[in-house]
Amino acid sequence: MLRIEPGARHRVAVTVNGRRYSGFAEARTLLSDFLRHELKLFGTHVGCEHGVCGACTVTIDGRAVRSCLHFAVQADGAEIGTVEGLARDGVLTPLQEAFRRRHALQCGFCTPGILVSATQFLETNPDPTEDEVREMLSGHICRCTGYEGIVRAILDVAGNAP
Amino acid sequence: MKPAPFEYCRADTLDEALDLMAEFGSDAAVLAGGMSLGPMLNMRLARPAAIVDVNPVDDLSGIRLVDDALETGALCRQADALDSALVRDEVPLLSQALPFVGHFQTRNRGTLGGSVCHADPSAEIPLALATLGGDVILRQRGRTRAVAANSFFGGIFTTVREPDELVTALRWPRSKPWTGYAFDEIAQRHGDFAIGAAAAVATVAPDGNLAALSLGLGGIEDRPVLAGLAGFVGVPATARTASEAAALAAERADPMEDPRASAAYRHQLVRVLGARVLERAFERAGARQC
Repeated sequence: MLRIEPGARHRVAVTVNGRRYSGFAEARTLLSDFLRHELKLFGTHVGCEHGVCGACTVTIDGRAVRSCLHFAVQADGAEIGTVEGLARDGVLTPLQEAFRRRHALQCGFCTPGILVSATQFLETNPDPTEDEVREMLSGHICRCTGYEGIVRAILDVAGNAP
Repeated sequence: MKPAPFEYCRADTLDEALDLMAEFGSDAAVLAGGMSLGPMLNMRLARPAAIVDVNPVDDLSGIRLVDDALETGALCRQADALDSALVRDEVPLLSQALPFVGHFQTRNRGTLGGSVCHADPSAEIPLALATLGGDVILRQRGRTRAVAANSFFGGIFTTVREPDELVTALRWPRSKPWTGYAFDEIAQRHGDFAIGAAAAVATVAPDGNLAALSLGLGGIEDRPVLAGLAGFVGVPATARTASEAAALAAERADPMEDPRASAAYRHQLVRVLGARVLERAFERAGARQC
């Protein structure tokens, strides 16, 4: 059993994109805020803070989830993946390249969450139909693109583009 | 939007969780997937003194056959239930309902037990459990009880769970021969809370007449409700019967009115969705006889 008093700061150690980090969090600190404010990893964006917009999506132990609905203290010992972990040595992933090619982003605020979701989605479902891509995207809000470019980009990578 | 301060208590075993429930009672909120509790905390609609995080408790996960039921641990993630061949074969209605629950990203974390405890009137998992006549398994120190889903829900966000009780599992009746299942709903966007949802179970005898029939409605009243359709047993399982049964269910329904939909609209949804799921269940029951 672990108990953390209200207001007490608790040490949290996590692996983010393969690198070990540790920092302090109150019991009520959201994982999204811990990543940004404590670990200074600003790639993960914070939008609605109640699980609707999807901007803060990260992977925890391999699964895409809302980091605004997860407490930092719950993530102690977990493997976390964020948008910063996608490109290696400045080389974009095929999905990121497809986003650029298909104009799948404009302001870019929603993009980190969508890239993280889509990357995990394609790992579990490498050859999705357009309907399946749209269903996955229903967990994200993009106010610029109208989604068409995003759908095309994901289908490009899946090799299913018309 | 940040939660108010609370004491965080992480239970690593079921006994620890039950001890914490006994200690805090109604001052505690149980944290499972956090897909409903998280927003309520962030918006400060809920300000519990303590959060009891049960995620590490192994006894609360898993999917297993127990006698004539499929038991899902309270912590079973919605995504895992959706991917489960056992759920697909034994509880087809749940498999059909789960794609309507939130999104890929929330199903990865959201749990079956959490949705049932939260008791949103429009939630799909409570509706599926109530329509099938399943049970909710509750534990407190020294006592375990099973409550029929139909008496578990007391109204909006309200259940008969005692403050020191923990929902540990759900028990789903296994699929039966000659029986078809169907689920559908209307929401403003896919994954949103349903304005109305309907679930049907129909057993069709070899002569083509209905041997059993159950129609559950979600998002219509303040909890999942079953339409009393016993009068249709023995009637031919046809599209016309489906329409008549749904019309009777609509007549008896007492729908909520909220900014998303009027009571009249929800009455119409019961007629349309009810007929649609009943007809599909009839067809599927027929197909299973081949």
